[in-house]
Parts: sequence; structure tokens; C-alpha cells
Amino acid sequence: MSWITNTLTSTVGRKVIMALTGLFLTLFLAVHLAGNLQLLKNDGGESFNIYTQFMAHNPLIQAISKGNFFFILLHIYVSFTLYFRNKKARPVGYKVAPGNVSSSWASRSMTLLGTLILIFILLHLRGYWYVLKFGHVPMVTVNGVEMHDAYRLVVESYQNPLIAGFYILSMGVLAFHLWHGFSSAFQSLGLSHVKYTGFIKVVGKLYAIVVPALFALIPIMLYLKSIG
Amino acid sequence: MNMNLKLNIWRQKNANDKGKFVTYEVSDVSPDMSFLEMIDVLNEDLTRKGEDPVHFDHDCREGICGACSMVINGRAHGPKRGITTCQLHMRSFKEGDSITIEPWRADAFPVVKDLVVDRSAFDRIIQAGGYVSVGTGGTPDANAIPIPKKTADIAMDAAQCIGCGACVATCKNASAMLFTSAKISQLAVLPQGQTERYNRVEKMIMQMEEEGFGGCTNTGACEVECPKEISIEHIARAHREFIAAKACSHNV
Ligand code: HEM
Ligand code: FES
Repeated sequence: MSWITNTLTSTVGRKVIMALTGLFLTLFLAVHLAGNLQLLKNDGGESFNIYTQFMAHNPLIQAISKGNFFFILLHIYVSFTLYFRNKKARPVGYKVAPGNVSSSWASRSMTLLGTLILIFILLHLRGYWYVLKFGHVPMVTVNGVEMHDAYRLVVESYQNPLIAGFYILSMGVLAFHLWHGFSSAFQSLGLSHVKYTGFIKVVGKLYAIVVPALFALIPIMLYLKSIG
Repeated sequence: MNMNLKLNIWRQKNANDKGKFVTYEVSDVSPDMSFLEMIDVLNEDLTRKGEDPVHFDHDCREGICGACSMVINGRAHGPKRGITTCQLHMRSFKEGDSITIEPWRADAFPVVKDLVVDRSAFDRIIQAGGYVSVGTGGTPDANAIPIPKKTADIAMDAAQCIGCGACVATCKNASAMLFTSAKISQLAVLPQGQTERYNRVEKMIMQMEEEGFGGCTNTGACEVECPKEISIEHIARAHREFIAAKACSHNV
């Protein structure tokens, strides 16, 4: 085995990949959120549509978006290889489970939480990204430029309480994934020190609450608006 | 006050036997007995009755050898923190308690008999790189190599590991990362450990994986159950060592 394959396939190397891709996705969430929050502006969707138009046509953003797809696939692929390896390492389980005395539920459930996020991502892409790229979306003209009315697509979808509810629940799942994942990624990269680990843990918990909560606020507000 | 207990113990004749739980009653258990002494009493009883006593590993019975492996009510070495089974006393239990006792469960630690498992996988990890080369000759002066106090403390904390395997037993992935990282850490921070530094981490991690242990998912359960309270900071250090070794070692 060459040193590269050896590095990338060892459990430590795979964990480093999980951490790097996980942190990239975490950063992506913040950017995505900043864009989405424009849905709450009272401008009939003008700034959100300009933003969507920009994101869909800027070559740099498109390149980052390809990278994003790649990283998420890598994150998922590596997580499943680790999952199967780890299952094999304990073929016979214990009769008595200690529950939460020595570890948190979130830390033990990363694969379950990740799989739920995966289902969300697939439906999310089908509902917006796919429709905007390949479907029929009504057009609007903003500042003389004709563009997709992405705002209307989103607003109309959240008039359905099932879609809004599913979105909100998924943000809860994401919160648990980040609750463990954020600080865990730094530990995986070997970044553990009294000087900053306490700080990373606090930022991680805050991030895990604030970011999913703000994401969830959007369907809540849009739904409330739609029912009057 | 002496107590009566119900024990639910894993019995398995040999590596090929399927094994099963068997329930035993022990009466008149003194709260001052250690957990192992309580099993000794049960075994005396079984022997008198002509039954096969419950096999378990033990040696020092003072918390330093790491032999006394067993999972008690779902926790490695029982409910108390920072101790081994031989240091656990029956005063931690009460009259009428039902106690489930299981062997360490890991693919890399096959059951030999009852609660006894084969932990030689750990020996092979140490053989792969958990040593330093020392030139023979005259005895060196005690303080010839200066080592900062903090560094000595870190090495000493890691060196507390007694290789009991509680980290593997506890980890939901049966990962040996706490053990392996403690053994890497202990030598990596000291000047005497520099000669083999990069080879050590590469070889020990590789051996750990060949033995079939799982990967670390940072749940932190190992450091909670470790009888020597070894911190997962050593796992982070082992990751740093691994990344540095992959970037710098001469093993292509
Ligand atoms: C927006 C989406 C996601 C973000 C922001 C994210 C973030 C993270 C972060 C930061 C970690 C910690 C890495 C580490 O412990 O070193 C992590 C771990 C993990 N993620 Fe994700 N993730 C996302 C989606 C997913 C998906 C879709 C899956 C899988 C199907 C998944 C499965 C996992 C698993 C299993 C781990 C634990 C790996 C281990 O500890 O070995 N994640 N994630
Ligand atoms: S018998 Fe030696 S540590 Fe318990």
C-alpha cells in the first residue's frame, strides 16, 4: 500500500476526512443561512431573487457548489465505511447498556442523525435545486432583469404544513449532529489544548443551537404569514 | 449489614461455545468485600457443589495490573469512576440487587472462557512500536537529559495506562484508540522517544487496525470508564503525531 492510500484508509485518516468535510459543510451552512434569511425581508422576494440569480450564475459560486457536492458525498461515503468497520469490531453486544452515563446520545447517534440529514438533503434538493435547474418556475422581472421567482417557489412550498414541519424537524436533527460534531471535528484534527478547547466547545454548542434555529425560523414565519 | 444478591453471569465453556447467562444467588455478602472476593465466595460454593467455578482474570488485586476485566451492569469495572473491579467494594451495592456480569466484548478480544478474554492484541500493538531504543553501556546520569516538569507530567499521565482494555470494552465501536494513543503519547513527548517517533505512531496505528478494533468517534466514553482516568487529549495528540508522521516520515 502506498503511503497515500495507507493514510486515507486508516481510521485516523478517515476521521480527519470526516472532520475536514464536516467543517466545510458547517461553514457552508452559515453562508446558506445568510442567504436564506433574506426570505424574511418584507420586499416581495426581491432581494432573495437577486441573491438566487447571483448564486446560480456566478462561476466562482458554481465551482464552490461543485466542491460542496463532492465534500458531502465524501463525508457520507467515509461515514458509512467507518460505520460498517465499527459494527464489525463488536459482533456480540452487551446485555446491559449504560445509556448516557459515559457519553452523550448525540455522540453515539451520529450515523442515524447523518442518515436523517441525508434524507432531508435529498428532498430539499428535489424541492428547490432540481426545480430551479430543470423544472418550470414562474419568471419575475427585478430591476429590468428577468429571473426565476425562487421566492414564490419557497413561499408556496411552506404553505403546506407537512413540508414546513418536516423542514423544522430536520433542523432539530441537524442541531444534534452539530452538537457533537462541531467540537468533535477539532478533536479529530488533533486540536485539543487547554488554551482553546473550552472556547471551541462553547462556540460549537451555540452554533448547534443558533444556526438550525434561524433556519427553522424561516418556514415558521412563512407559514404563519400564509395563514394570515 | 450483609446482603443477598442475584448474579447474572456470562458462562462460556471455551472460545467455540455459544455461551449463555446463568443466574446465581449469593447470600451473606459483606459490604467490606471487594467485588472479586464476592465472586470468590460464589466460586467456593460452586466448587463444593462440584460445579465449574466462574473463570475471571485477576492478579494484583490492588488496581495496578489491569487483569480484572468484567462489565458490571453495563459498565467496565462497575459503577465507580477511576477504579478497577478489584478496587470495587460491595458497599457500592445493596440488599436484593441483581447484578449482570459480562466479559469485554470486542472482535479483537475473543472470549477464552466465561469472563476471561484474550487481550494479546494489546501486546502486539506495543510490540509494533511502543518502545524506545536504548544504547547499552554505563548507567547514564539520572538527570542528564533535562525534561520540563509539564512534559514529564503529560508523559506520566499517559504512562498510567495499565492496558486493562476498559476503553475497548466501553467504546461503542470497540476502538482501542485510548490505549494506543496513551502508549504513543507517553513516548512522543519525551526526548528519549524521538528516535522512533514517526515510525512508532505509523506502526502502532496500523497494528491496531489489523487487530480489528473499531475507529474512534470521539464519544469520550473511554475516558469516563478508564480506571486510570486517561484523557482523550492523548487521542488528539496521537492524531497530531499521525498527521505529522504521514507528512514527514520516510516510509513511502
Ligand atoms: C449539512 C450537513 C452536515 C454537516 C454540517 C455535518 C457536520 C459534521 C461534523 C462537523 C462532524 C464531526 C467530524 C468529526 O467528528 O471529526 C460530522 C461527523 C459525522 N457525520 Fe456529518 N455533517 C453533515 C451531514 C452528514 C450526512 C448527510 C451524513 C451521513 C449520512 C453524516 C454522517 C456523519 C457521521 C457518521 C459522523 C461521525 C463520524 C465519526 O465520528 O467517525 N453527516 N458531521
Ligand atoms: S486484579 Fe490487578 S487491577 Fe484488578
